[in-house]
Amino acid sequence: MSSPSSYYIPHEAKWPIVGSIALFVFFMGFASFLNGGGWIAMALGAALLIYMMVMWFGDVIRESESGMYSKQVDVSFRMAMMWFIFSEVMFFAAFFGALFYARQFSGPWLSGAGEGGAAATNAVLWSGWDYAWPNNGPAELGGEYNKMSWFPLPIMNTMILLASGVTVTIAHHAIKEDNRQKMVKWLLATVALGFLFVACQAFEYYEAYAHLNLKMGTGIYGSTFFMLTGFHGFHVTMGAIILLFVMLRGRKGHFSATNHFAFEAAAWYWHFVDVVWLGLFIFVYIL
Amino acid sequence: MSTATADHHDHDDHHGPAPGLMRWVYTTNHKDIGTLYLLFALVMFFIGGGMALIIRAELFQPGLQIVDPLFFNSMTTMHALVMIFGVVMPAFVGLANWMIPMMIGGPDMALPRLNNWSFWIMPFAFAVLLSTLFMEGGGPAGGWTLYAPLSLQGGDNLAFVIFAIHFMGISSVMGSINIVATIFNMRAPGMTLMKMPLFVWTWLITAYLLIAVIPVLAGAVTMLLTDRYFDTSFFSAAGGGDPVMFQHIFWFFGHPEVYILILPAFGIISSIIPTFARKPLFGYASMVYATASIAFLSFIVWAHHMFTVGMPLAGEMFFMFATMMISVPTGVKVFNWIATMWRGSMTFETPMLFAIGFLVMFTIGGLSGLMLAITPADIQYHDTYFVVAHFHYVLVPGAIYSIMAATYYWIPKWTGNMYDEKWGKIHFWVSTVFLNVLFFPMHFVGLAGMPRRIPDYSMQFADWNAVATIGAFGFGFSQLIFVYVVYKCIKGGEKATTEVWEGADGLEWTVPSPAPYHTFETPPAIR
Repeated sequence: MSSPSSYYIPHEAKWPIVGSIALFVFFMGFASFLNGGGWIAMALGAALLIYMMVMWFGDVIRESESGMYSKQVDVSFRMAMMWFIFSEVMFFAAFFGALFYARQFSGPWLSGAGEGGAAATNAVLWSGWDYAWPNNGPAELGGEYNKMSWFPLPIMNTMILLASGVTVTIAHHAIKEDNRQKMVKWLLATVALGFLFVACQAFEYYEAYAHLNLKMGTGIYGSTFFMLTGFHGFHVTMGAIILLFVMLRGRKGHFSATNHFAFEAAAWYWHFVDVVWLGLFIFVYIL
Repeated sequence: MSTATADHHDHDDHHGPAPGLMRWVYTTNHKDIGTLYLLFALVMFFIGGGMALIIRAELFQPGLQIVDPLFFNSMTTMHALVMIFGVVMPAFVGLANWMIPMMIGGPDMALPRLNNWSFWIMPFAFAVLLSTLFMEGGGPAGGWTLYAPLSLQGGDNLAFVIFAIHFMGISSVMGSINIVATIFNMRAPGMTLMKMPLFVWTWLITAYLLIAVIPVLAGAVTMLLTDRYFDTSFFSAAGGGDPVMFQHIFWFFGHPEVYILILPAFGIISSIIPTFARKPLFGYASMVYATASIAFLSFIVWAHHMFTVGMPLAGEMFFMFATMMISVPTGVKVFNWIATMWRGSMTFETPMLFAIGFLVMFTIGGLSGLMLAITPADIQYHDTYFVVAHFHYVLVPGAIYSIMAATYYWIPKWTGNMYDEKWGKIHFWVSTVFLNVLFFPMHFVGLAGMPRRIPDYSMQFADWNAVATIGAFGFGFSQLIFVYVVYKCIKGGEKATTEVWEGADGLEWTVPSPAPYHTFETPPAIR
């Protein structure tokens, strides 16, 4: 691939303003919906956002395929993706932090452990409540429930995600050897594993709601369980969709042994959701 | 790939700005986007300032006179949100956009289209935020920190406020990623890291702070949203959560945020003082290390905002000492600025006046910060006007003065015209007098026990509150002088030379004034 000598700076960007309008409509619509309004504005905003992304990414793909990006532009993309993933790590850190805080500090304090007013708080407000994990709080919000076991679905999901990490790596080696067919095949396997994971997760949620009485409203356990696994599941869905498009582009003949950053960015993202899942599996399901 | 298509799309980079208004909407030029950010910040400065004047008008006398208490509370909340997210942060990003590519000898920002989106999110995000003021039940009134459970008990505005924060957060994270990529990837050959101007260094570190903590804020407000609308109990003790947990997560964002609001200011002051002292900056390397130390420490001091909410003693001690440790690198900086001026051939043009004003008054705010860092003392000061005095001294003559200084310093480069020096100096002196009339008495009423965020107060605080309100209106209206000077400078005036300032050093002073639409398409030679 020949590289142009100057850094590519597009003359104008038509899509960002569309993206801003889309997000504005989406957020206003979502907030109104939460306050009892309709969902139409929210859906319109989301649709416009998706349209914007298709068009914007389309421009970038066309430019990339026609060789307008130099090595230096490529480095910018790599840095951007890297630090975007770091920002995602920090987003999950907030929810992991909430889990650790509830388990290490606020739970024991509510049951009277620790210095200061904890014993008095327990005696006056929640007399007789003993901390254990999982719990739905001294008021037992959401009523009787059962814990989500790590066996069999979550351990299966762990295997599925780990396997998908292997398949995506095989696909990566394939494109580095310019073996397009092999790449597409192994990417297909990765995408399939990704959606299988999401399906298992959906079934797990069904189980939780239908048979375990485990809900968002099941105190702090339900809150942390659903928010952590839910945001993770959302990211897996996104990652699988991204990999799906990478696969479709591969089928169309995009990418080469030396130029396939979209593939690599998607793979980085996929490994990121993989690692988050390992954290979840240990701290949400097992410990 | 075929080179034919590549050549067809390849642009020659010698075009100027596109004609018409759509230039500003579609632009990918770092100078255009920088201008948009700065103008946006200026407009929001007057909106946020108007809210401050409503607060001060109500506090002119004891008793409830002008606005009802709920509206007063939403004014204190919105004033903070607007000034932090709508004024100081976008103004710094605007300066980064204008200056960083020129300072490092790069052709533009690394990701120009993303840059456009980072800006064009801002007006829409603030439309979401400000729309709450016109809703039934009014705007958010629980304070900008949105502490649960109070924030959860407000009206319909909560969801809008939370989404506005998410919306701005997207802009901040994208903008910061762009700045990191620009600084690491767009430097001219020979511009090593330790040759970069301090403004570039401080922004690099600020960008990392933003990427690290804005998502944490997003997480915190998302938990608020689910607690309110989806039945979760992160911040409810009945469900095994804890309202104090919100404060921990919020301030894990909030304290680095404080440094996000001041580190770029340090970079600006470190550019201006050497110019007007006509000496190189004293202790460049120590400035870089001090900035990095401040950024690191900012992650381990957050609970000093929470000394009175209940925390193990070991926690209070740790956060007290960690907080006091920040005064060491900050002291290094103040020392270096003073040492730079020592035996310099000083002149006092408007940027230098604002820089020296920054140095003196920011230090006052820093010293009252040290008082607040002492846990047992803070238990007295907490939630009083002393705290208000403290953070306004670091934010107004700190962050805002640095932005004013930067504007006066670089506006000849932006417009090609010199600003009106006489009116610039008048702006500085009038602002500085009124600012101290406004904020200094807050130390007194605060130490005497006047609580913050309350529309009424006890009789003994009446005199100093009246004085502060006079200062507030004086300070607010004197900012119209700034608008006048900027407007006049854009319209015309004495032509600026390439160097602009006699003692100025840096790549931005090697390009003509006004700076051409595209600078450094071929990298400059770095000494």
